[in-house]
Parts: sequence; structure tokens; C-alpha cells
Amino acid sequence: MDLLERFAAGDLDAFESLFRQHQAAVYRWIVRIIRDSASAEDLTVETFLRAYRSHARFRADGNFEAWLRRIATNAALDHLRKARVHVELPDDLPADPTPDAAEQNESRVAIRSAFASLAPRLRIVVQLGLVEEESYRTIANALGISEAAVKLRMFRAVRILRKKLHHWDMRP
Amino acid sequence: MSDNEVNDLRKKLRIAVLPPREPELKRDLWPTMLSRLSEPPHIRVPWFDWLLLGTAGVLAFIFPGLIPALLYHL
Repeated sequence: MDLLERFAAGDLDAFESLFRQHQAAVYRWIVRIIRDSASAEDLTVETFLRAYRSHARFRADGNFEAWLRRIATNAALDHLRKARVHVELPDDLPADPTPDAAEQNESRVAIRSAFASLAPRLRIVVQLGLVEEESYRTIANALGISEAAVKLRMFRAVRILRKKLHHWDMRP
Repeated sequence: MSDNEVNDLRKKLRIAVLPPREPELKRDLWPTMLSRLSEPPHIRVPWFDWLLLGTAGVLAFIFPGLIPALLYHL
């Protein structure tokens, strides 16, 4: 019986081996979506907890990493839905900014505000597609939707962002 | 919208959205995982079930004659 078969049968030792193999990759994926290391640790544990509770639904001949990534993406999406919308300011803001620096910072804050105001299901697509430069296929697999649906979400998100930035007179 | 516009937006977003502070995992999460596994599962009762229970309680209080019928159907 191989590791995945033992995991599918509910073996805790097999689960521990898989956890130790994949925890860093799951954390990296989640932190790229939510940008918060403390919450990413919690969500990594939450992802594996969901995976362990669903072990009976996992097909031992399936792709464990892809399955885990989908669970992690859903956990991150749930987190984005619960989290309050806030705009994080950079730590290196100059104390007495020059007019140019102030304008740049204002522009960054406006872009971040527009981004943060997107619905989570659109924000995650923009985050992974535009910021992290993941392919549509990777995003589609992670979200469990078709590539066409990812493209549609991206189109809608970009249109909303353009409208908001245009409203602030910051045409992209 | 053109590819140029999307690329421009991509550049702006990459500057504006901060990179994660700790992109790599710094500690082993297995001990945390074990403590989460040992917690009893958190069972959430849907609000509708509470509403049904409350309604049944109120009805039983107002019409005590319904109690045997309610028990029969449980």
C-alpha cells in the first residue's frame, strides 16, 4: 500500500508524511494569495485539516498536490471573504515626502484601494493572474473552474479596476 | 481593452500590492496540526434548526395537547 492509498484509508502516519512534504508549498501558495504570513500559517493548517477530514473522498490514483492546492485556494478565498477590506500602507513611507513621492504614494494607495474593493472571487484571479503571473490554466485548476470562467472573471475585474482608477483620474 | 492597458495595469498592481513579508514557512506546523486534530469537531447548528426548536417550544407551551403528537412524530 503506498502513501496516498494509506492516506485515503485514514492512516495518520501517512498523513503526517504528506503534511511534512507539502506544508511549505501550501504555505507559499496561500501567502501569495492573502499576503499575510500569520494568517497563512493558520490557513495552511486549516487546509490540511480539511484534507484529512475528506480523506475518504480522495482517489489514491489522483493528483494529491492539485487536490491540496484546490482546498488551499478555497480556504484562502473563505479567508478573503471574512477579512475586512483594508489598505495596507508600506513601511517605507517617507516622513516628509516630496510632492512627487506623495503623488506616487497616493497613486499606490488608490490602486490598492481599488484592488481591495474587488469581490474576493475576482480579487483572487487578479492576484494570481496579474500580480503573481500564474497561467489561466493554473488558476482554473486551483479554483476548480474552467479557463473560460477565469478569463471572464479577469475581464470583469480589469474593467472594474479601470473604471475605479479612471474615476480617480489615474487611467491605467 | 487592449493588451497594453492590461500590461500597464499589471505593472501598477505589482508595484502597489506589497510582496508578502515572509514568503517562506519558518517553522514546522505539525505540532499545531496535531492540536487541531485533537480538538472536538465544531458542530454548527443552522439558525433554521434553532428557529424550529423555538417554534416547537412555544407551541408546546401554548398548546400542551400537542406534546404527545410532537413526540409521536419525532
